[in-house]
Amino acid sequence: MSTFIQTLIVGIRLGSVYALVALGYTMVYGIIRLINFAHGDFIMVGGYTMIFTVPVALALGLPAWAAVAAAAVVCALVGMGTELIAYRPVRKKGSNMTALITAIAMSLFLENLAQAIPAIGPNPKVASQIFAPGGIEIGTVTLEYTTIFTIIISAVVMLLLYWFTQRTRMGRAMRCVAEDKAAATLMGINVNNTILLTFAIGSGLAAVAALMYMAQYPRIYTTMGSLLGLKAFVSAVLGGIGIIPGAVLGGVVIGLVESFTTSYISSSMADTFVFLILIIVLVLKPAGIMGKNVGEKV
Amino acid sequence: MLEIKDLNVFYGAIHALKGVSLTVDEGELVSLIGANGAGKTTTLHTISGLITASSGTVMLDGQDLQKASPHRIINMGLAHVPEGRHVFARMTVEENLRMGAYILKDQKKINENLEKVYSHFPRLKERWKQLAGTLSGGEQQMLATGRALMTDPRIVLMDEPSMGLSPLLVKEIFSIIQQLHDSGITILLVEQNAKMALAISDRAYVLETGCIAMSGKASELAEDDRVRKAYLGA
Repeated sequence: MSTFIQTLIVGIRLGSVYALVALGYTMVYGIIRLINFAHGDFIMVGGYTMIFTVPVALALGLPAWAAVAAAAVVCALVGMGTELIAYRPVRKKGSNMTALITAIAMSLFLENLAQAIPAIGPNPKVASQIFAPGGIEIGTVTLEYTTIFTIIISAVVMLLLYWFTQRTRMGRAMRCVAEDKAAATLMGINVNNTILLTFAIGSGLAAVAALMYMAQYPRIYTTMGSLLGLKAFVSAVLGGIGIIPGAVLGGVVIGLVESFTTSYISSSMADTFVFLILIIVLVLKPAGIMGKNVGEKV
Repeated sequence: MLEIKDLNVFYGAIHALKGVSLTVDEGELVSLIGANGAGKTTTLHTISGLITASSGTVMLDGQDLQKASPHRIINMGLAHVPEGRHVFARMTVEENLRMGAYILKDQKKINENLEKVYSHFPRLKERWKQLAGTLSGGEQQMLATGRALMTDPRIVLMDEPSMGLSPLLVKEIFSIIQQLHDSGITILLVEQNAKMALAISDRAYVLETGCIAMSGKASELAEDDRVRKAYLGA
């Protein structure tokens, strides 16, 4: 029983990291129908930024979360820069396929650029402990502090995001642009700025995800975003790409599948099961678990 | 009020508008009729900045609309009800209407305009919580029209409001347009249903393959032999 609960908790923790990253994929997809393959690499950008900013923050006597905020800002800027330099010009001139290939190129560019920077280089770095070690024991189950933090912070961030899209003026503008750019323009919404804001938020979330990920696996390397990004993308597709609650659900499902496979079957089978679930869901429900095909009514 | 001069628009090599000029005076209901592909929607899209003209001017009360970014045009008092309605399907009726007032900041003013729109369209009030995508075509047309009225525009462009509606609903929509006109709103109406459009308009323009072929009082055009043959099926 305690193995079951422990596995459940680990799965939810893993799932909340996937969910945070999946939100970035789904928001960008929702608004410009582009799978931003570089999104996984924004996690790497966030990770390295924290490696450099945590010691600075501590040396200045600032709390460690100041370093996290700095990483979120850096990620947001990289995300906005990617949109401005690479995606927007291509979107104006090319097809969706051109944009997709640009996204793959952007991903490879970021990974290789990071390797070329002397302070980063090709060798993995070990992150310093950000959260206090240890945990609390409830019966036979151990709850690490990092697990508690990860789940709580993810949940709060996701609720804030949901509130933002549903209740604020800018969030509503975002939903309008996602649905219909021409109509949004006619309402007086600046479509390009709204897309830029979406990139900033999605990429900022990647920095938070980087923090969560490092709390669990304190090793940073330039391609760390690849597999993590891929699984988060799978989460977004599984939940129904373009749908914010879908990304959260998809993330948690993938996290649980991974942790239960690892505990009860074999850790080497975990990724196999993750992708198997994806194939099964897409065969049965191509739009994803929460996806709907909204037809036009006349 | 609205003055369009010598507008030329190209889609790649296709010359869609060939020197279109037209005017709409304050308080007028002017319709633009013509066959499919004549350039009616293109004209409206160019006015509201969704398409860029290669030459010509679009002036609204002396302001050059082409110098403004497309999303700023609504601030100049021009609202556009697009063809095919383009309501935000995943938002509720009321959310759609509030998006219509996106440029307004004064919550009291927004609520006032909301009540005004609801009084024009009681059906929308009944369905305020419903998702716009689940409304019928006629209700969606009412919603798109109501959404355009949320900023108290001085002029409203309406693109094919009768498209895809049953004859009964077409009648209802046209009577709504007439009511709006009677309440003093200036309207530029694009319609394939020339008969109904001419019946309620003050003046009209006939667009043929990118050129204004005829113009004049709507009542006179409705009697014109060429118009009757080509557009009124007589």
